[in-house]
Order: sequence, then structure tokens, then C-alpha cells
Amino acid sequence: MQTQELKNVASQVRRDILRQVHACQSGHPGGSLGCTDLLVGLYFNSMKLAQDANGKVVFNMSGAHEDVFYLSNGHISPLLYSILARRGYFPVKELSTFRQLNSRLQGHPTPHEHLEGIRIASGSLGQGLSVSIGTAQAKKLSNDPSTVYCLMGDGEQNEGQVWEAAMYAPHHQVDNLIAFIDENGQQIDGPTEKVMSNRDLEAKYKAFGWNVLRMDGNNMDEVMTTLAHAKSLLGKGSPIMVLMKTEMGAGVDFMMGSHKWHGVAPNDQQLADALAQLNETLGDY
Amino acid sequence: MKFTYETKKDTRSGFGAGMEYLSQNNPKVVALCADLIGSLKLEAFIKNSPERFFQTGIAEANMIGISAGLAIGGYIPFATTFANFGTGRVYDQIRQSVAYSGKNVKICCSHAGLTLGEDGATHQILEDIGLMKMLPGMVVINPCDYNQTKAATIAIADYEGPVYLRFGRPVVPVFTPENQKFEIGKAIHLIEGSDVTILATGHLVWEAIQAAEILEEKGIKADVLNIHTIKPLDTAAILASISKTGCVVTAEEHQLNGGLGDSVAQYLSQNRPTIQEFVGVNDSFGESGKPADLMEKYGLNAAAIVEKSIKAISRK
Ligand SMILES: Cc1ncc(C[n+]2csc(CCOP(=O)(O)OP(=O)(O)O)c2C)c(N)n1
Repeated sequence: MQTQELKNVASQVRRDILRQVHACQSGHPGGSLGCTDLLVGLYFNSMKLAQDANGKVVFNMSGAHEDVFYLSNGHISPLLYSILARRGYFPVKELSTFRQLNSRLQGHPTPHEHLEGIRIASGSLGQGLSVSIGTAQAKKLSNDPSTVYCLMGDGEQNEGQVWEAAMYAPHHQVDNLIAFIDENGQQIDGPTEKVMSNRDLEAKYKAFGWNVLRMDGNNMDEVMTTLAHAKSLLGKGSPIMVLMKTEMGAGVDFMMGSHKWHGVAPNDQQLADALAQLNETLGDY
Repeated sequence: MKFTYETKKDTRSGFGAGMEYLSQNNPKVVALCADLIGSLKLEAFIKNSPERFFQTGIAEANMIGISAGLAIGGYIPFATTFANFGTGRVYDQIRQSVAYSGKNVKICCSHAGLTLGEDGATHQILEDIGLMKMLPGMVVINPCDYNQTKAATIAIADYEGPVYLRFGRPVVPVFTPENQKFEIGKAIHLIEGSDVTILATGHLVWEAIQAAEILEEKGIKADVLNIHTIKPLDTAAILASISKTGCVVTAEEHQLNGGLGDSVAQYLSQNRPTIQEFVGVNDSFGESGKPADLMEKYGLNAAAIVEKSIKAISRK
């Protein structure tokens, strides 16, 4: 897909996020909107996904011989659900069941309800990078040349397990892994700087042995060039970390610039105001 | 006695009110939180005693270790977060640095059980009572409403030793008296009856009261106890009740495995084998949904207690 098409998908995905969260009056719009451009870039362009003879995506739990993505910051589930549905893993209209009783679209992603596209539960933060590394090592063991992608939050970097994984991946030369940190500078109790400063993530990951890139995660052109650059660094002995500056709530003016919309649903008027800023490019569900 | 309520409040706000009281009345109390200040209702404590509050970031294991160190230094740390992240996620840190080392740390957790609602199973821990009660020396408390949570928060500061205090997210009826003294390990007798004993904890206490009223309409008299402390268990109160009724129903927002019902069965089987029915989650994870719908689906409400009570009586 060309950049303009990707932008169109992103606009629809942002509508889906807001409508899911609004319908059940719960969930996390802020981080979801901020990471939309990355996930669109990955799933609609960069990732090699298993497909049937007609070009329709098919879901295999093993992820063998296809690229695999893990969402470690599971609270931005409405983004992942919209991406998976729009990419064809399950019916788009199922988005209307988000967080409702008996839904496969649980508050945080889980394979427990057998939702196509989900391989691991996340929601308790700090666990996804370890799982990603394990899958990347399984690929190496079975001579599978595809790539594992992982997204984490910047607040999530507070968790000790993240740093256990950060130490492990370069040590074991897990160089078929591209990880991302959503540097929106916000977490629940306020700006990350104030809650628990990450200080210099670039220096930290470099010191642990990662190849570190930076990008503006809300600029689709830059997302595409950085993804291409990151892929060119695969197979060179080191895991790759992309520090991605984003704006929490990106795409909706009144949701940007604070942590207020981390986990708050818009009311009817706010939803209308937000949707007015986003084109319905692929049709609402 | 008829139970009524004027307001509904969340038990976590009772915790916040207890912490506010402690900020003014116990200079040894310190609070820690892992990026969930608002959810734990710690604003007043932080406002009153900013120097006695430590933000740990999203780093629960570190929070438990820091708490143990503060306890060694003579402070009374209240380590706070959601119940899953404050128990299951940091079990070994609690086991080694707090319980085995005998440290005076209070682990205080909100959003326990199904009633946190839409966030779903990753957050809805239903195993925390079991995990914590298995640790030697750990006191386990699950208060039922705002007033009792506030009282329990204040009471545990005066108790020397590790405590797990469990509370929840949604608003529930406030029906216990304001300023009722909280005695750790002392069950509260709520309703007098002779046909069936109902032992309830946490959010299920109000449901047990409702159940007793429904049973009364059917001519069945339930003896209802509020078991706010699961460990140590008030075995004397339980025995006294069972000697009148001869059968028991336990009710809790927790797995059957490892919960209050387990503790009661273990005690009774050794001391006075008694017919027992269990209200709790039967070996499954929770899911997203509205709290009341979840309690209905998983059989954790007054209707379920009524059904189990009738069954227990029929087995006599
Ligand atoms: C282990 C764990 N502790 C606490 C939480 C509660 N929690 C959910 S999201 C969040 C903040 C995450 O911050 P960040 O990773 O920066 O994500 P953002 O707010 O930017 O979306 C917290 C503390 C959790 N989900 N898991």
C-alpha cells in the first residue's frame, strides 16, 4: 500500500477505536490513537502475513513462516482489534462487542476466547518483550527467516522484566526482532518524567547491546522509511529497538497533550467532535 | 435486624479515607503506589503527607522490596496497586522479603475479583485470597463496604505483622455502622437464624443479607456472619453458628480453590464435619462485562446464595 492509502486506513482505525471505547464506556483511547500509524504501517505494509490462495489472511497460532506481532501494552486493545478486523482476521462488525459480556474482544487481548490474530494474553504490563524473544528464538531454531515485532509503552519500561528481556536478547543475538517503545511521555499518574523517569532510553538500550533507531510515530512517511531501515538491520547480530515519539490521543485535537485520555471513554458529544476530525474512509462497522 | 443503606460507595474509597486518617494520626505510616494513585484513592494521603508517599512507577516487585526495607527502618509501609499486580505478580517478593522475613508490610489492593468489570480476566484476580492465605503468618482481610474498609485500614496499622487487605472497584451499599471498631479475626454476626449458616466475605456480604431476606420469605432462617478476616479465621464464631444450624454456605468473590470456603471446610472437616455448599468461581477465569452481569453469570449473587442454602438444608 502507498502512504496515502495507509493514511486512509489509519483514519478509519482511529474511528473504530473511538467507537469501540464509546460503546462500552471503557477502555484506553489515548495510547491506541497514538500507536495507530505504526500498526497500520506494520500490518498493511511491512509484515509478511500468512495468506490463503485468494490472498486472504489466515491465522495460525504458531506464526511459522510469517511475521508475528506482539502487543505488550495490552490496554491499547481497541487499536489491535480494529487493525486485525480491517486486515481480515475476523468480521469488522465484531468490533461492536468490545468489552461486552461473552465477547471475544476482551478488555485486554487474549487467546483464551480464540480470537484470530492473538497469540498471547497481555494487560499485565512488562511481559511482551520476553514472549517476543522466545518466538524469535523458535524461528531461529526452525530456520524460519521471518521477523518478530513487539510494541511496549514508555511507562511499561518501569517494569523490571523489560530489562531482563533487554539484557537477554543481545546476549543471545536475537537479531530477528524489531521492538518499539511508544514514547508518548505519559502514563496513568502523569508524565513519565514525573512518575518514574526513563531518562535516556536510547543510551540504556544501546548499553544493553541493541541497535537503536528513532522515529516520529505519527508521521506515516517517517514510519515507512524507519520500518524499511529497521528491516535492513535484521540478521546482523543485534536486536533492533525503535524509539517512537508519539502524541497520546493523536488525530483528535482535544485528546492530545496530556495523560487525561489514557483510560477514559468519550461521551456522546465528545465522540461526535472526535469523529468529525477523522474521515470515514473504509466505512464504519 | 433489617439492613438498609443510604448510599453506595466503593470500598477503595474507604481505603483512601483510612489512609487520609493515618496521614494525620500515625507518623510511621508510609504509602507506596505503582502508577495507580487515582484508582487507589491516595490523593488525600499524598496531599497531607507528600514526604511519606513513594511513587514506584509500574514496578510492583520493586515496590514490595522497598516496603520491606522501609519496615526494617521502623516505618509501616502500605504497598498499593491492583490486586493482581500486588499479589500474583510479586508472589516471591512477598514470600521471601515480607512473609518469611516477618516484615510489618501492609499489602493493600483494589480491583480484586470480577467486579472490576470491563478490563477482563488479566486484571480480575480470583486467586489472591488463596495465594496470600497460604503464606505462613500472613493476615488476610476482605472487608465488605466503605465503612468497614476504612476501619480495617486504620486497624491494620496498629497490628504488627504482614497483612493483605483486599478491596474492590465498584460502588456497593454502605450498610455497616460508621465507626464500628474493626477487630482483626473477629467475625461479625449480622443475622440470627437456625436453619443454615451463611459465611460471606467482601462484596458477597451484602448479597448474603439479601439472600437471608429472600430465604425468610420462604420460612427459612439464615444465620449470617460477615467473615471480613479469612486468616486468622474466627473458628469459634463459625462453630457457634453451626451448632445451631447444622449446615453452612460460604460465599466469596474468588475461586473455590483456595478461598474462604476452603478454609472453612478444612477447619470443619477436622473439628465438626458439616454439610457445606460453596458460592464462588468454579475453576475458571473471569471476562469483560458489567460487574452485575458478571456476578450473575458466574453465580456470585443473592440468588446463588439462596439456591445453595436450600440445597444445604435439603442435604441435612
Ligand atoms: C503490571 C501492571 N501494573 C499496572 C498496570 C495498570 N496500568 C495499565 S496501563 C498503565 C500505564 C501504562 O503506561 P504506558 O506504558 O506509558 O502506556 P500509555 O499510558 O502511554 O498508553 C498502568 C499503570 C498494568 N496494566 N500492569
